[in-house]
Amino acid sequence: MTDPTKLGIGDLQRVLRSRKLSATELLAAHVKRIEHVDERVKAFLRLTPELASEQAAAADRAFESGEAGPLTGIPLAVKDVLCVHGVETTAGSRILRGFRPPYTGTAVSRLFDAGAVMLGVTNCDEFAMGSSTENSGYFPTHNPWGLDRVPGGSSGGSAAAVAAGEAVIAIGTDTGGSIRQPAALCGVVGMKPTYGRVSRYGLIAFASSLDQIGPFARSVEDAAIVLRAIAGHDPLDATCSDRPNDVQRDFDAGVKGMKLGVPREYYEVEGMEPGVKAAVEKALQALQGAGAELVDVNLPHTDYGLAAYYIIAPAECSSNLARFDGVRYGFSDQDASNVTDAYMQTRRLGFGAEVRRRVMLGTYALSSGYYDAYYVKAQKVRTLIKRDFDAAFSQCDAIVSATSPTVAFPLGAKTQDPLSMYLCDVLTYGGNLAGLPGISLPCGMSDGLPVGLQVLAPQWREDVALRVARAYEVASGVKAEVAPL
Amino acid sequence: MSLTHEQVRHVAMLARLGLEPGDEDFYAEQLSGILAHIDRLQELDTDDIPPTAQVVEIVNRLRDDEPRPGLTQAEVLSNAPAAVDGFFRVPSIQEEA
Repeated sequence: MTDPTKLGIGDLQRVLRSRKLSATELLAAHVKRIEHVDERVKAFLRLTPELASEQAAAADRAFESGEAGPLTGIPLAVKDVLCVHGVETTAGSRILRGFRPPYTGTAVSRLFDAGAVMLGVTNCDEFAMGSSTENSGYFPTHNPWGLDRVPGGSSGGSAAAVAAGEAVIAIGTDTGGSIRQPAALCGVVGMKPTYGRVSRYGLIAFASSLDQIGPFARSVEDAAIVLRAIAGHDPLDATCSDRPNDVQRDFDAGVKGMKLGVPREYYEVEGMEPGVKAAVEKALQALQGAGAELVDVNLPHTDYGLAAYYIIAPAECSSNLARFDGVRYGFSDQDASNVTDAYMQTRRLGFGAEVRRRVMLGTYALSSGYYDAYYVKAQKVRTLIKRDFDAAFSQCDAIVSATSPTVAFPLGAKTQDPLSMYLCDVLTYGGNLAGLPGISLPCGMSDGLPVGLQVLAPQWREDVALRVARAYEVASGVKAEVAPL
Repeated sequence: MSLTHEQVRHVAMLARLGLEPGDEDFYAEQLSGILAHIDRLQELDTDDIPPTAQVVEIVNRLRDDEPRPGLTQAEVLSNAPAAVDGFFRVPSIQEEA
């Protein structure tokens, strides 16, 4: 039989249902793969072997009794920002070291209910702030396609785990590109849903008006299956929509007759590598060959997206992270003589450099005298960016571009210059600021490293983004593969 | 614009973030660099543009107000760095009289 760590959900369900392979054996194959490669990749912060064994045994019982669901027995990796009852969850931060949530968040619960088997917790930039996973409070993750390269971030561990064949599927979070950009850099599929599609209950908040949970997988279909499992109304998140969970509608309908928008601004961003541009242009030709019509659209405020994002996200983060005060959970400086000093020393010692930088920036932007000039101004520019997308989508069904202007860069290349790191996500901020669903999928290689194609669709039209992505995958024959390690 | 040391100390106090020696210089330089990029927002005329706080149409979706079990006291305190008699323990907030 083929190595099961290279298979997707569909093939695995067939072998599991036929009982040629048990869920326990499938788990063992992945544990072996992790033992073989994770010393080099470092995708996982911690493994959850007891939970995995229990869930795999339950999956085997479900196959026995014929009660298996779409994800029964499928090995899953979970980003370290999603609370799992009793499993140490730290948001990649020293300040939450030892924190064991007393409950499980909705997205993870739904995957458990669908039968997934949790392998462990994946590395990420601290509090999901970063584009390389180098801001982890523990260690950096390495790109399975080039071990001296970053995996992207902030969900770099989840992307790398799937790319390295350590997990079949993973979940991460995307606030400014943190699913799509690492998916692109690691050569896997990653999707950020519409804001409000997936409940954020149990997600350690970074920027609440931008955060969304979404899947990683090695095919568009697998990403769609995971998304369908986690999507849908949840009374525990007041921003979660009760719209029908129709994300996989017309999945195989193709792109014939669809209009795909090509925004010039997204092809001319600062730092766009020729190899990336060439791969994306080739992808456009494949989509055209499959019957799509390419139309020029404009997103005139693209150049202001990063600036608006770096007010709104730090402002929300400075507010959300106020809860880390050393009183109720996590690291606490117990030597302080008064309560203010305890807060200040706990936060100085517990937070890493990037988190402190963003808390400072956000606090400044919200402070008296600067609130209107920065925070309100950024919110107004957010309106302009949203209107850009509304106008573009009046001319096309979906927007197609690169996900990241570059392939994976060397570890350490951007750590000294925050602005150069922030520019990694220049093509993804817009999707978060406008609340759009967006998917990244592999569209070839440049210099031996994966290039990602981004498809953005109007709000609540995950079905359109997935359909275009699927059509590209079929037409091009380009598929995410397990990195040779 | 460039931040002064006094501004850095003021913002750090608002954020309850302790500073290490040399941090005033570090944050003044780093934040000024980022703000220099952010200042391009001022190029845009936004006088007649309403601000956007959240982007989807969902407004105050409330669930039924039915009692349901919450966390127990033991669960709530299970992650506490310091707890005494069922309370979180913190350093003194007021000086003794």
